[in-house]
Amino acid sequence: CSEPRSRYIRRNFTESSALLTRTHINYGVKGDVAVIRIKSSTSKVNTLSKELHSEFMEVMNEVWATNQIRNAVLISSKPGRFIAGADINMLATCKTPQEVTQVSQEAQRTFEKLEKAAKPVIAAISGSCLGGGLELAISCQYRIATKDGKTILGAPEVLLGILPGAGGTQRLPEMVGVPAVFDMMLTSRNIHADSAKKMGLVDQLVEPLGLGIKPPEEWTIEYLEAVAITFAKGLADKKISPKRDQGLVEKLTAYTMTIPFVRQQVYKKVEEKVQKETKGLYPAPLKIIDVVKTGIERGSDAGYLSESQKFGSLAMISESKALMGLYHGQVLCKKNKFGAPQKDVKRLAILGEGLKGAGITQVSVDKRLKTILKDATLTRLGHGQQQVFKGLNYKVNKKALTSFERDSIFSNLTGNVLKVDMVIEAVFEDLSLKHRVLKEVEAVIPDHCVFASNTSAFPISEIAAVSKRPEKVIGMHYFSPMDKMQLASAVAVSLKQGKVIIVVMDGPGFYTTRCLAPMMSEVIRILQEGVDLEKLDSLTTSFGFPVGAATLVDEVGVDVAKHMAEDLRKALGERFGGGNPELLTQMVSKGFLGRKSGKGFYIYQESVKSKNLNSDVDSILVSLKMPPKSEVSPGEDIQFRLVTRFVNEAVMCLREGILATPAEGDIAAVFGLGFPPCFGGPFCFVALYGPQKIVDRLKKYEAAYGKQFTPC
Amino acid sequence: MTLVSGWLLYGWIIAVQTKTKKTLAKPNIRNVVVVDGVRTPFLLSGTSYKDLMPHDLARAALTGLLHRTSVPKEVVDYIIFGTVIQEVKTSNVAREAALGAGFSDKTPAHTVTMACISANQAMTTGVGLIASGQCDVIVAGGVELMSDVPIRHSRKMRKLMLDLNKAKSMGQRLSLISKFRFNFLAPELPAVSEFSTSETMGHSADRLAAAFAVSRLEQDEYALRSHSLAKKAQDEGLLSDVVPFKVPGKDTVTKDNGIRPSSLEQMAKLKPAFIKPYGTVTAANSSFLTDGASAMLIMAEEKALAMGYKPKAYLRDFMYVSQDPKDQLLLGPTYATPKVLEKAGLTMNDIDAFEFHEAFSGQILANFKAMDSDWFAENYMGRKTKVGLPPLEKFNNWGGSLSLGHPFGATGCRLVMAAANRLQKEGGQYGLVAACAAGGQGHAMIVEAYPK
Repeated sequence: CSEPRSRYIRRNFTESSALLTRTHINYGVKGDVAVIRIKSSTSKVNTLSKELHSEFMEVMNEVWATNQIRNAVLISSKPGRFIAGADINMLATCKTPQEVTQVSQEAQRTFEKLEKAAKPVIAAISGSCLGGGLELAISCQYRIATKDGKTILGAPEVLLGILPGAGGTQRLPEMVGVPAVFDMMLTSRNIHADSAKKMGLVDQLVEPLGLGIKPPEEWTIEYLEAVAITFAKGLADKKISPKRDQGLVEKLTAYTMTIPFVRQQVYKKVEEKVQKETKGLYPAPLKIIDVVKTGIERGSDAGYLSESQKFGSLAMISESKALMGLYHGQVLCKKNKFGAPQKDVKRLAILGEGLKGAGITQVSVDKRLKTILKDATLTRLGHGQQQVFKGLNYKVNKKALTSFERDSIFSNLTGNVLKVDMVIEAVFEDLSLKHRVLKEVEAVIPDHCVFASNTSAFPISEIAAVSKRPEKVIGMHYFSPMDKMQLASAVAVSLKQGKVIIVVMDGPGFYTTRCLAPMMSEVIRILQEGVDLEKLDSLTTSFGFPVGAATLVDEVGVDVAKHMAEDLRKALGERFGGGNPELLTQMVSKGFLGRKSGKGFYIYQESVKSKNLNSDVDSILVSLKMPPKSEVSPGEDIQFRLVTRFVNEAVMCLREGILATPAEGDIAAVFGLGFPPCFGGPFCFVALYGPQKIVDRLKKYEAAYGKQFTPC
Repeated sequence: MTLVSGWLLYGWIIAVQTKTKKTLAKPNIRNVVVVDGVRTPFLLSGTSYKDLMPHDLARAALTGLLHRTSVPKEVVDYIIFGTVIQEVKTSNVAREAALGAGFSDKTPAHTVTMACISANQAMTTGVGLIASGQCDVIVAGGVELMSDVPIRHSRKMRKLMLDLNKAKSMGQRLSLISKFRFNFLAPELPAVSEFSTSETMGHSADRLAAAFAVSRLEQDEYALRSHSLAKKAQDEGLLSDVVPFKVPGKDTVTKDNGIRPSSLEQMAKLKPAFIKPYGTVTAANSSFLTDGASAMLIMAEEKALAMGYKPKAYLRDFMYVSQDPKDQLLLGPTYATPKVLEKAGLTMNDIDAFEFHEAFSGQILANFKAMDSDWFAENYMGRKTKVGLPPLEKFNNWGGSLSLGHPFGATGCRLVMAAANRLQKEGGQYGLVAACAAGGQGHAMIVEAYPK
């Protein structure tokens, strides 16, 4: 062949680059296209900070003023990361809602200028394009995204208790339609590149490249840039239209949304749904609906104004502060604080099928760890394997995996080889059983192998008492459902199962069980006082817990709750008293073990969604009945009796050093135990509600009930 | 000990210094030779072969081989054919074709499949049988008929039909029929995409070309080269492996009909076929769907000589490789080439005729760039230096799959015969055959000219 030539403009033009070196943005000119590359040198991800914003304005002004430039491409030089969102610290420095509103209005103005500029800008997206990053991208005239797993678009503001404050609430409805925009902003779901294309959020997809003449990630970005430049030229020459062809369904939806009556119905439906799901505890979703509505019904000027104002007011209230605190905590807990492990865990054995065993297995094979699942009988092992398969197959049905990937992941679940680096034991909470398993396993595992016991109650030192090498025995506690919940608290582990990890000191009940147990004890007491089960559940959910208190006992397992209560009361005394454990004992003896046995406080049937009360529990409750205290109200006080016991114990754990930081305590409580996220966790709750007021409440209950309420 | 290795080293130095070409015969292993090989003309699908069945085409290649070599049918020990998309009625197409071609019904036959290197697998299976002393005379070949492919009923419809077959009473039958839905009638086409990745090969080739920065122009230029060289070879009568085929009810087909040298301007007008609208792989720079069959007579050297044959070439070292089917689907030649050269103790410079399978221009050029890249060799092949480029003047000089056509199951034999015939015609001792295949697999083989 002739000498290699390239169709990419890259080689044919020498790149002139601006002399100024900036911290976040550099740009060069290729022919008549300005390539604006975002690469914050101060952090791992690109975030829209004040500095980035001002550098961006500087660059854009230059681009607009240079005659030679006809259009521009906006791209990130960080593989797998476009712009992860706005810098939330920027909000933390604001003192008043007005200041926040100003921040929002400034961004609105920049993006409007960008949108209306005569020189088209193409956003070339590879990696996470979230929040403010998405708002920037949709202000551009055209969007090209790489079609890979890392490229996700989304508006996650609602998770932080705020709303998209840089024009997102106004531009998005026009792009994707009203129903889709509510789905995006209210569920904050991540949208992958190909569905973004279908929705109209991006205009063109670029295939990711595999190995070639450079590392694939880097090369894919250069390829994306080259393709974006050809599109930029096409746009400037009017060969490509930024308008998208809509499908029939889309056109129909768009048409029906022009009918005011239909729109009103949609708003109403969405509001009702939000009201039901948030129980009025989270103001952001309703504000989002309101702002979108304002823009559509009263024009974009009113919409933008409303967006910036509501953004300002939301950023200042306690819910958003709590949620942002959780966000920070989560980032913290995903960091490895212990350095690189001596030996990487490559092969893992899991003992005990059960719900936990299979769940741990699933998250392990998913991360390509060679995993051995073992159980006492073939049938139970089969159950475990089936559960792992079911979990993976669910992803296939959701199109998150191909059936081929499922099979290849499932093949990480292997047979009976005990050359493992780590054993996770998830057998029933019975000390003698755990001892027997530990001894049997230690006889065959290699010296470096770590033995992790999955326990929520026993101190690890007690389990390790029979070990030949107690220094290799640790505790791990996962929260179910394993594959969905984010938290695994562990007494020191470096597993890469992709979990949020909190590390706690050894002690009876560790942290989470210790906080849960007093609350559960109070649940029993409340039930003994004759409070209706359903009322108790609705009181707890309306306080912000994801499941009702009685339902929680069923979910955890009545037998597990009984063990927990007995062991902790033995170890830690009166603080764990209150309710009569006899209730749980009698329920266990009748086989009411909760969801897993089909009966607990409620009756659970496969295929039946609604729960019915288990009337057989009534007779037990009647026999244990206690009179309610007149000085304590049956409404709000019930909520506070539960939550103050939880919080009191959490503070105790911090004081005793079980917990290293309050942030970890908050994260564990919210993601592991379902502590209301709107309060940001027990420690955040204390700060928001006021320590003195909590102590006052505790004292009041102490006077009525006794020492279990003594404030620490 | 030291004396012996010293002598060996000395011998090696002399060999290198004087460039005396050794033969690749191995002690205690029988030499395997190609007596001759033929193929039917390769035709665009849907043309003159469209009413045939695969075994008809394979039979044409087999009878062509019988005419060309006059081999007595009863000396053939075994017949092996490669095919990719199987006609379900003749799943062992080797046997059906052999019976029809008048081979002895005492000669066993089997069919192999390994995507585009199926015929390669048929040949190397034969090499193994001869080298291990199990057989003396083998016929290896391949066939593909893309004019007709098995289109099935949907799984649901098949299940319904099978259940109906088993139903005993009218009631059972009626209840089964009541389960019928119209969407059951949607047909199921043979998969065009990789099963493991769901990506079509053209799509993967386009990404591969981009990954190696192969431009559209380069691809079009390479395709044009292939067509021009094929045309020249055809006109000069160099494609001597082609045997005429009298198609029942139609005229005798005498030559390949996919060779169409065009101009770069014409080719530049085509839109990308797989990655739209900015991809670079088009219909003009890809191989086309082809019908065709090939067959070769392979023997142990002493048997061939005893029968009075003058063989064309030796089949020497060969190598199969496989890699990730997603991003390295078509890089087989890059991986297989250095390995087979090392195994045979040869270097790129020793090769006089290269015959690489051309699935796509972009694939050939991406392989070139990979072979020419130190970075790629270090990072993905575990080599210190690059493989090196095959010199273009020795590369696919009589056209390739892009122009001659690519009947999946039959191409391997065409490559080997092209290498053998080129060595005979152009002179030179060694030929290198290499091909990529679906599933991320690849093959390479050294063909050594039989001394004149």
